[in-house]
Amino acid sequence: MTTVTSTARTSATAAPTVAELLSRLGFRPSGPSPAWLTQARHASLGWATARGFPTLKDEDWKYTRLGPLLDVPFERAGDGDGAGRRVSPAMIDALTIDAASTRLVFVNGLFAAELSLLTDLPEGVTVTNLASVLAEGGAGLEPFFSRPFGEYDHAFTAINTVLAEDGAFIQVAADALITAPIELVFLSDAHGPPVMANPRSLILAGPRSRVAVVETYAGTSGGVTCTNAVTQVVLDEGARVEHYKIQDEPDAAFHLALLDVRQGPGSRFSSGSVALGSKIARNEVRVRLEGEGAEAGIDGLYLPRGDQHHDNPILIEHAAPRCTSRQLYKGIVDERGHGVFNGRIIVWPDAPGTDASQTNKNLLLSDHAEVDTRPRLEILTDDVKCAHGAAVGALDEEALFYLRSRGVPYEAARALLTYAFARELLDLIESESLRTHVETLVAGRLSTDSDGTGAHSGD
Amino acid sequence: MTDVSNDVREFASQEYQYGFSTDLDTDAVPKGLSEDVIRLISAKKHEPDWLLEWRLRAYRHWITLEEPHWQNVHYGPIDYQDIIYYAAPKPKPQLASLDEVDPELRTMFDKLGISLAEQERLSGVAVDAIVDSVSVATTFKRKLADVGVIFCSFSEAVQNHPELVRPYLGSVVPYRDNYFATLNSAVFTDGSFCFIPKGVHCPMELSTYFRINAADTGQFERTLIVAEEGAEVSYLEGCTAPMRDKNQLHAAVVELVALEGARIKYSTVQNWYPGDADGRGGIYNFVTKRGKCAGANSKISWTQVETGSAITWKYPGVILQGDNSVGEFYSVALTANHQQADTGTKMIHIGKNTHSTIVSKAISAGHGQNTYRGLVKTLRSAEGARNHTRCDSLLLGSDSGAHTFPYIEVKHPSAQVEHEASTSKISEDQLFYCRQRGISEEDAVSMIVNGFCREVFKELPMEFAVEAQRLLSVSLEGSVG
Amino acid sequence: MMLKIENLHAQIGDNEILRGVNLEVAAGEVHAIMGPNGSGKSTLANVLAGHEAYGITGTVRFEDEDLLALSPEDRAAAGLFLAFQHPVEIPGVGNLYFLRMAFNSVRRRRGLEELDVMGFLALAQERMKLVEMDRSFMSRSVNEGFSGGEKKRNEILQMTILEPKLAILDETDSGLDIDALRIVAGGVNALRRPDRAMIVITHHQRLLDYIVPDRVHVMAGGRIVRSGDKDLALELEEHGYADLGLEVASDRSASVGATP
Repeated sequence: MTTVTSTARTSATAAPTVAELLSRLGFRPSGPSPAWLTQARHASLGWATARGFPTLKDEDWKYTRLGPLLDVPFERAGDGDGAGRRVSPAMIDALTIDAASTRLVFVNGLFAAELSLLTDLPEGVTVTNLASVLAEGGAGLEPFFSRPFGEYDHAFTAINTVLAEDGAFIQVAADALITAPIELVFLSDAHGPPVMANPRSLILAGPRSRVAVVETYAGTSGGVTCTNAVTQVVLDEGARVEHYKIQDEPDAAFHLALLDVRQGPGSRFSSGSVALGSKIARNEVRVRLEGEGAEAGIDGLYLPRGDQHHDNPILIEHAAPRCTSRQLYKGIVDERGHGVFNGRIIVWPDAPGTDASQTNKNLLLSDHAEVDTRPRLEILTDDVKCAHGAAVGALDEEALFYLRSRGVPYEAARALLTYAFARELLDLIESESLRTHVETLVAGRLSTDSDGTGAHSGD
Repeated sequence: MTDVSNDVREFASQEYQYGFSTDLDTDAVPKGLSEDVIRLISAKKHEPDWLLEWRLRAYRHWITLEEPHWQNVHYGPIDYQDIIYYAAPKPKPQLASLDEVDPELRTMFDKLGISLAEQERLSGVAVDAIVDSVSVATTFKRKLADVGVIFCSFSEAVQNHPELVRPYLGSVVPYRDNYFATLNSAVFTDGSFCFIPKGVHCPMELSTYFRINAADTGQFERTLIVAEEGAEVSYLEGCTAPMRDKNQLHAAVVELVALEGARIKYSTVQNWYPGDADGRGGIYNFVTKRGKCAGANSKISWTQVETGSAITWKYPGVILQGDNSVGEFYSVALTANHQQADTGTKMIHIGKNTHSTIVSKAISAGHGQNTYRGLVKTLRSAEGARNHTRCDSLLLGSDSGAHTFPYIEVKHPSAQVEHEASTSKISEDQLFYCRQRGISEEDAVSMIVNGFCREVFKELPMEFAVEAQRLLSVSLEGSVG
Repeated sequence: MMLKIENLHAQIGDNEILRGVNLEVAAGEVHAIMGPNGSGKSTLANVLAGHEAYGITGTVRFEDEDLLALSPEDRAAAGLFLAFQHPVEIPGVGNLYFLRMAFNSVRRRRGLEELDVMGFLALAQERMKLVEMDRSFMSRSVNEGFSGGEKKRNEILQMTILEPKLAILDETDSGLDIDALRIVAGGVNALRRPDRAMIVITHHQRLLDYIVPDRVHVMAGGRIVRSGDKDLALELEEHGYADLGLEVASDRSASVGATP
């Protein structure tokens, strides 16, 4: 008996292959780095080349077209403080939340020491740039670059491993407490050909330590940039990490990011992100709850407008007993904006007592706005309590009418109600100065198309 | 600590009661698939040329396709050349009345609890019975004909009402739709056809029983229901199959068309042979079901209770084209032992003010894996579209799995789409409460599971609701409602 | 002696909640158990009903049978009934169906004839009058969407239908207004018989104005620390637990933590 054969899939796009992109970006695997790193870069190169770029047929990329990104002939970003850099201290001031906080600034993925601020830190706490750690051999960092590739990995994280030169390195010793948030500022700056940056950051929280980190992504306008960032966080037993991310890159920028978190027993991790900028932004978060009783809270707000596309792939893996995870993502989509929520919870068989929830709510503000949401649960054991919910809708007409009947102009009423929708997430930000900072950004965004009387920050 | 799992296992692994096979003399074509086989099937059925052409177009398309594997189920390769594509009980029935039905066949239906004569006399449900893809008896034809309702086998419809079949065949599920629908379009052997003319409310529930009897056969039936303007019909479908060690493929297509103001209610109790406790044998139930609310103010409602099959893979959907049209999907899916189900619905909102409701209850026991996969899509034209989805999963046993994959795609700001889902194991508190009142653990599990499904069961016509509850091993007796 | 508890200990994980309870209840008696929060009252009720969350040592004999060896449903069939403090909701399961299933399960185990739908309905309607419930309640799902008072009345209704030998009422009065309390107490009093015993767990003396106990026990720190007649309840009401020389025991109960 013969079985039916099938025709091969056609592949007729002009997009480059992974190997082509890497050769253009000037992959230098023999550069000055520890031998294990060179090896890891080779392994990643091989994997990414074989795997190829994701397509719409990949479930995790179903709603994000990479064509516009792959069509751009990106080059490797220039070295640090090269001539013509347009990033100024004033720009940094505007982006930082607290001028006195410890901050690391990176331009096109490379450390800018003169724009950074290193304050006195408690004993056992290291805040520096990754390149300086690697220059000394990067003892103990091999596992972060040599993790085996899994089902969820894709070419871009591998490309980051191949090309990453610098990023933040934060290590907090057991029982150390850092109260003021550490600020990481990543700037993209292109005034010639399009450039791609691959920052790589590590946040290592020792047993029972506590630290807060804010990542801010912004850039100069005019050129085309692509940020392909990877941040890895490891929480030891009982550690507590608060992580925030503000993505406000220029409208022509591409932003691909992965936040990868591994949690030990009893640790608590929270992440809050706001996506305002970029042409196409994909803000991926993966959390693996590996120790009993760990807790994670992953929240996000995305506000695509114009032709912006904001994709939020979230993966929470419950791999240990009695862990808790919560996700709350909200989208406010205006004009021809496209918001995507792609949340996924996996409860592995060895995770009894899991309590997981996932909520995604979206507000569509224009006839051409679009939202795709996929809250997914995959549960492989019985002792669980899992719930998810998703909603898409418009502003409440009755509330709008009520406000207008009290004399509030239409645009202002609209902005007010929209801001109220975002409010729930802003209230989750613990640091007051950070909350005020984010409130100002969000209110500014929501009031742009009104007369400015509608939106206001806070109370 | 109690061992809940013992009772649960027992509950979940209740023996399949329809596993007998009947020794019917069968007329079959040789195994395998080719243009010749399709020509042979078409010739045996005296089909007009346009239908043969349609089949061949489907076949030629099918051989260019790859079998899909995106669904969350796992099975070995299917050898499409090792399947008998046409098997009919002999003698090929040309029946004037029920008395002429093969007595063996009659006995078989009696075992299934659907004595045709009984059905006709007592319940007033018109029954079409399909054995191994061929329709053997349609009851109540006369009474239906009086009001203009046509309810007959698909083959008969092709012979007698080609003008009604041709415009609608493939109008909801085109032959290029998907791998299994394309295969079905090429090789379907029979099925039911039902036409309710303008303004007619079908005076009785229409019902089809499907049975796979012969070994090594695939069942590829095709059902088409057309409700004209203002017409109404409730249609029931039941399925069983004998126990066989080998997996058998069931790749059916169901198309529903509701014109302006029409209402179609389609209920399924699917109890195909699920395979034995170790996962050997059982039906691969890969079915494409779709309805089109073509006219304004029309309504299509799917209710399904899926307890059988080794693998179930189907998404009865509704294309909400007419303004103010309504789509509903109510589902209970139970997977026990090694059963797998990947099921859900697709609601495509095109018209203005279209509404859809989805209620899915999934129960996983033993090593059962249950996936809800649903698409709610509102196009830019779907002003004022509404959807509400509720998906609950109940887990019985630590080796079972429950997965929820909703896809929500919204392109109109006035659309309101809400999805809620929960997954949990059977509540210890509920079990303890029942047991404190003297109810055995096994009864308590059955009772709680049935309670969990009640929202769906109440959508079923009465006889089916009873059947469904029995299938979940609980006699709720007189207390329902 | 109908119920005889000796040196009963119960723990969840490392947390010991009952620390040697001794209690005897004779047929026809009503015993009240009072005590501060976390003293182990509800745990005692759950352990007697057969809740499987606890590690248990000690002996409990019920009509000379080893109660601890029985499954929860066998205890129910033997005549033990627990009116839950927080009755659970069972969505989709009709109240009438549930009650009949419970009733017939118990009858079957006791070797009695089961009642059919009509026969049971007649019985249920007669008993419903005792707790002033209307018919519509039978078609609702078990406890689903019931108010606090309705849930408690439903517990008492179940008790009147199952006719237990020993009824344990776990804070049946909590959250009830005065009318609901009167109805619940009326149902309970209607069941008092020489061959039936009751254990009434309560936080407040108020209930004991309606259901007059033969004996009153005070629990603290997982033990019965004081027993007396009904005047003990009044004494507690007036002076609180502190004046009874229970400070030490109360402290200990605090360290033990709350019972579930």
